[in-house]
Amino acid sequence: MSLTNTRIIQRLTEKFGEQVTAFSEPYGMLTFEAPKEQNLKVLNFLYDDEELKFRFLTDLQAVHYPDDKGRELAVVYHLHNLVDNVRIRFKVFTDVNTPDVYTATGLFSGANWMERETYDFYGVNFVGHPNLKRILNVDEMDYFPMRKEFPLEDQSRIDKDDEMFGRG
Amino acid sequence: MGRPVSYNVNLKPLEKDISIANMPEGHQGEGFFATKLSDVVGLARKNSIWPLPFATSCCGIEFMATMGSHYDLARFGSERVGFSPRQCDLLMVMGTIAKKMGPIVKQVYLQMAEPRWVMAVGACASSGGIFDTYSVLQGIDQVVPVDVYVPGCPPRPEAIIDGVMRIQDLIGKESLRRRNGERYQQLLESYGIQ
Repeated sequence: MSLTNTRIIQRLTEKFGEQVTAFSEPYGMLTFEAPKEQNLKVLNFLYDDEELKFRFLTDLQAVHYPDDKGRELAVVYHLHNLVDNVRIRFKVFTDVNTPDVYTATGLFSGANWMERETYDFYGVNFVGHPNLKRILNVDEMDYFPMRKEFPLEDQSRIDKDDEMFGRG
Repeated sequence: MGRPVSYNVNLKPLEKDISIANMPEGHQGEGFFATKLSDVVGLARKNSIWPLPFATSCCGIEFMATMGSHYDLARFGSERVGFSPRQCDLLMVMGTIAKKMGPIVKQVYLQMAEPRWVMAVGACASSGGIFDTYSVLQGIDQVVPVDVYVPGCPPRPEAIIDGVMRIQDLIGKESLRRRNGERYQQLLESYGIQ
């Protein structure tokens, strides 16, 4: 019998009880969250469990919700069970002032660059990452550009004449 | 003939089978011709520009059309595209330059030998274009001095040829002492070069 979302939820609640929450299935893809301290335990369980076998990290990124105080940054893991061809989405939330999340590089080598990218754009500090530095942006950049605290336009600009852009 | 663009609606008949650059002003008599050295050097330089294409996006595709047989930049003596900055005279920056690419453009410029010229082709290289954002350099004139800007997004090959012809005018009229002048040194110093 192939793996169903109901069965995954059952296995997770058996193991973690009340700690895994917010189960939903947008477009049929199981999504849930856990406290950020538990992220490695949950990922390890999903990886090692003989039935679940989520052994491929498809993607890892962050989302910024500036209005959600205390849990502004979401780190999202997309996992894939290649045997049963089932995908799930796993989220942990963190305060934007203390964006420390344990690194998944010990479990998935592919998480290395994805976590660097997430750090680069959102400033999530992956604790234990072997080489956490900017990957895409210039090294001199002193902000995290994808956070929703910046206007779309670069404010340090002096070269474009406002009158030419209809905002004089 | 007569495609609906402003560049080639006027039919221009072929004047001669072979075009030869005009002789500079000077005195001539039987067996001699005297003129200014700067005119001769300018004439030689402007009709043998070696371009260095620095193509990062769609403007580079237009440049490929410009180099092709239909538009044929070889008519201006610029068919020899060099891919070593050491050999080239004209840096043609075509396309969006991300901030991370900025130091590389500057390094390529520094590797070119004097005299050197720079052409910013297209809106992105000239001003950042539509990419009004944190990751894109807002015009290459923030890192290197630019001689000619070609507008367009992307510019048609005719516009690129027009830019090359303006570069030719600049080269032909340039004083031999310009590159040693104080003003030129100040220009370079304002970009932190030397």
